[in-house]
This record gives sequence, structure tokens and C-alpha cells, in this order.
Amino acid sequence: MNINLTILGQSIAFAFFVWFCMKFIWPPIMGALRARQHAIGLGLQQAEEAERKLQAANAEADKILVEAKESAREIIEQADSRAGQIIEQAKGQAVAEGEQIKEAAQAEIEREVSRAREGLREQLSDLVMAGAEKVLGASVDRKQHAGALKDLTAQL
Amino acid sequence: MAAGPLTSESYIKHHLTNLTWGRHSDGTWGFATTDEQVAEMGFLAIHVDSMLWSIGLGIVFLSIFTLAARRATTGVPSMLQNAVEAMVSFVDETIRSTFNHKNAMIAPMALTVFVWIFLMNLMDLVPVDWIPHLATVLGVPYMKIVPTTDPNITMGMAFSVFALILIYSIKQKGVGGFFGELAFHPFPKYLFPFNLFLEGVTLVAKPISLGLRLFGNLYAGEMIFILIALMYGSLATALVGGVLQWIWAVFHVLIITLQAFIFMVLTAVYLSQAHDLAEDH
Repeated sequence: MNINLTILGQSIAFAFFVWFCMKFIWPPIMGALRARQHAIGLGLQQAEEAERKLQAANAEADKILVEAKESAREIIEQADSRAGQIIEQAKGQAVAEGEQIKEAAQAEIEREVSRAREGLREQLSDLVMAGAEKVLGASVDRKQHAGALKDLTAQL
Repeated sequence: MAAGPLTSESYIKHHLTNLTWGRHSDGTWGFATTDEQVAEMGFLAIHVDSMLWSIGLGIVFLSIFTLAARRATTGVPSMLQNAVEAMVSFVDETIRSTFNHKNAMIAPMALTVFVWIFLMNLMDLVPVDWIPHLATVLGVPYMKIVPTTDPNITMGMAFSVFALILIYSIKQKGVGGFFGELAFHPFPKYLFPFNLFLEGVTLVAKPISLGLRLFGNLYAGEMIFILIALMYGSLATALVGGVLQWIWAVFHVLIITLQAFIFMVLTAVYLSQAHDLAEDH
């Protein structure tokens, strides 16, 4: 345990190592640390912002979806009511047309009935004339009894 | 190994002797082979083993850290960069909490002190016989591989720190201010001889305690390793010795780290005090 020149040698080595560390080691490493710190800070900030944007976009998408559903519902409603209208209209038309057809048929029937009645009246007057001739045994002038026959047929 | 029969005493002595190169009494320069020659050399000698291991480990530190510094990227760091950055930011935080002034030199110096002393202390965990025995086989009579068990090494660093304390004290306070701090404190001015004595002792005690604390801890630790190694003489004690060496080594991991840390923090604290102006205390 002798104190000798080693102490000076160690002092010189110490000074050199400290100088070297201060010059070539500390600044680049600290620089890299600071730069990375900055980059990470920036990255976190950007991630937060992206998160916010994503949430906003999600909310926007939800809103658009709700609106689309709403308008789809409206369109369906409109279509439904339009279909109802068309059906009602068609029904109305059909009923009216049926009514018309029925009325026409009724008129036709009535016309047929009165025509048949006319025919029957004609035939009846003939029958009456024939009957009367048989009863009287002579011919009956149709022209003389035209008035009476007309009355008869009118009673039918 | 040293000449003569191998006794416990000679074994311990051998392990505690540095490889010394210096001026012999006849004026020639060369390696000392006996204690007498070492004593004759006095101050004009150098512990070659201490210097080589110390500088070598310093270069290991600088190489690893320079490599990391060269490749430092702001992107994803490599494992090496991670480790180095962890160390750098640990030192940076420690210095921020102990040193409250602006000085670009303190933090790099603290890093150097911490890592370098740690590496030198780490040599204490290498089994005590390996490298000295290898050296003997290669024809080198002595080889002490733990530089911090050499007071020259620890005191060399402590006095370098002391020089920095003086330089920064004078730079911050001026010669008068620094003298005033030593002479007019803590007693009134007319008692300045007492003040000067008290403050002078306080000032000089700083580097001495700084250097001797590190030396004492590591020297004692090394001594215990050597004493344990003595147990390998017979098979019966060798097993006990192995267990003891393992236990002491585990405990020593704590000591070597702690001593490096203490040296770093005290260096920062002393230099912080050197920057403090008189009003601060």
C-alpha cells in the first residue's frame, strides 16, 4: 500500500475518460433520448387525436345510419299508403263498373219483360178474337171491335 | 508465486502486492521483485497492474458506450442502446436530484465515475486465484486485478474530484469569496483562525473520506475472498469455502454497486456545494 506515481496516472486517466465521455458519449445518447421522448409524446398526441376523430366518425356514421333507416321507413310508409290508395281506387272502380253492368242487365231484363208482355198482349187479342168467333159462330170484324180489344189488352 | 515455501502468510501477501515498476536504489528502472525493492522505490514507482486494469476497464466502458452513442437512434432502440440509455437516464435523474446548478460536465463525469468504478469493483468477483495464477504461469510475479483495492487508484480519483471542487469554488465565488467561506464561518470574523482550521479540515476530509471509503470497502471485500480462498487447501474445508465464497460474492454484488453509486453521488454533492454561494447555506 504505497502511494506512488500510480495516483497521478489514475488522475490523468480519470480526466481523459471524463473528457471523452462528456464529448462523445453523453451528448448523442441524451440527444437520442430527448428526441425519442419528443417523438413518443407526439405519437401519443396523434393517437389521441386519431381516437377522437374515430369517435367523431363513428358518431357521424351512426347518425347517417339512423337517418337512412328513417328515410327508408318513410319510403315504405309512402309506398304502403300509395298501394292502399290504388287498391281503394281499384275497388271503387270495380264496384262502379259492376253497378253499371248490373244496371245495364236490369234494363235489358226489363226491356225483355215488356217486349214479352207486348207479345203476350198481341197473342191474347188474337186468342180473344178466335174465342169470340167460335162463340158467335161468325167472324168478327177486328176493325169494329178495335176499341174494345185495346181496352182488354191494356188491362193485362 | 513469490519465492519460498507457500504459507498462508505468503499467499495473502502475494495477493496483496501490486506489480510495481520503478527506480531501483541503484538508479536503474525495472520491476520490483521483493517488498524491499518496492519500499526503496518510494514515490517514483507505478503499479503497472492497477494502471493496466484501470485504463483497460475504462476503455471497455468508453467502447461500449461510444458504440451505443454512435448507433443511437430515436426509433426502436437495440438491446445495447436500451441498456446504455437506462444507465444514462438513471445517472441523469440522480444528478438532477443532487446537483442543482448548471454544469454540462457533472452528469457525464458522474456516468464515467459510476460505470468505471463499477467495472473496477466487478473484478473483485473474479475468483482471486485465476488471473494471478495465469500471470505467474506467464512469468509475471504479481497481478492485482481489482484496481479499487489500490489506494492510489481511489485517491487519484478522489483528489481529481477535490481539484474540481477547488476550481469550481474559486470560479463561482472568486478567491476572496472562497476564502471568506472558509474563514468567516461558522464563528464570527475575529475567530477566523478557528474557522479556517475547522473549515479546512472539513474541506480536506471530503476527498480523503471519498477515496478511503471506496478503497476500504473493496480492500476488505478482497481480503475476505482471499481468506476464503485459503480454505481450498484441503478437501474438507474446500466445500465450506465454496459455499462461503458464493454467499460472499452474492453479497458483494450489492457492495460493489453501492460503492460505485456512493462515489458518484458524493462527487455530485461535493461539486454542488462548491457551486453554492455563501448565502445558500
